[in-house]
Amino acid sequence: MSSIFWIIIAGAVLTFLTRIGGHLVLSRFERIHPRVEVALNAVPAAVLTTLVAPAAATADWRGLLALAFAGLISLRFNALTMFLAGAAMIILLRQFS
Amino acid sequence: MDEQIYQRESIPVDSGTSRSQFWEGFGKGLPIMVASAPFGLLFGALAVDNGFTVFEAVLMSAAIFGGASQMVGIELFGQHIPAWLIVFSIFAVNFRHVLYSAAVGRRIGHFKPLQSLLSYFLLTDPQYAETEKRAESGRAVTFIWYLGVATPIYVMWVTEAWIGGLFGNLISDPHALGIDMLLPIYFLGLVMGFRKRDNWAAIVIASAIVSIIAYKTIGSPWHVSIGALAGIIVAVIVAKPEKAREKR
Repeated sequence: MSSIFWIIIAGAVLTFLTRIGGHLVLSRFERIHPRVEVALNAVPAAVLTTLVAPAAATADWRGLLALAFAGLISLRFNALTMFLAGAAMIILLRQFS
Repeated sequence: MDEQIYQRESIPVDSGTSRSQFWEGFGKGLPIMVASAPFGLLFGALAVDNGFTVFEAVLMSAAIFGGASQMVGIELFGQHIPAWLIVFSIFAVNFRHVLYSAAVGRRIGHFKPLQSLLSYFLLTDPQYAETEKRAESGRAVTFIWYLGVATPIYVMWVTEAWIGGLFGNLISDPHALGIDMLLPIYFLGLVMGFRKRDNWAAIVIASAIVSIIAYKTIGSPWHVSIGALAGIIVAVIVAKPEKAREKR
């Protein structure tokens, strides 16, 4: 088997460990302390934000405008509508660059 | 002092037939499938460009099932970088899943052992977000529902690597199609989905500022874990555990 094959297998094993690891560590405890509960409740906003912010900070004005537009749409509509509206906006703006 | 300790969440009761739960989950998975399609195709095409066979591209999508880490993997492969460093980079990009894993255990702790193994394998960003939202709405997070969400995403993700690998790069000008902005737009939607949670704005602001600073100083992909940690620390500092307990 090629080196690519083994890179993929090793990458897959480590990725699976990240996906089950947090649970394995936490399940060692019978009860969850309130502070830990608060921390876990913060995970969605805390992690997902880091996948947006640096991209926004390094985007051109067209990218920023599309992000802001999509953010507004998300206040009223579901996630798919928001995504398609944002995608349409960035594609439209980029046609004139 | 907040010495009160929570009991682990009780097992939610099943609601509706397995079939209706599967399709309910499937309905949540479809938009995710649509949003991830450009990246699945792009990955297959770029992988073959970078010297992968179509089989290897499909294997990588099937075994790792994490878009950003796969892109990093194939990019590094084209640059004569030692294998262990490529593997480590894949691990680093996926490290954020440790946090999802810890948090989602409260929602899917009642799954049977084999169901759990499969569910953790399928734990992507959108899968995690949907599971949290489902639990938040008070409806039962069943294995069948979870599988319903994951099925369209996984099947299409693997298929797209194959199609992209076979037909090569159909996307001639990624910049004009805004490919670089599609993921941020998508993830912004996920972030907005949690805006009703306690201290959401404080967490988002802290994570945003620290992840941007970390991105510009330490660099990718560590800005994700560092920024996330900042948001979590802020949540713990500003939280009032007594109030949170009353609301339950």
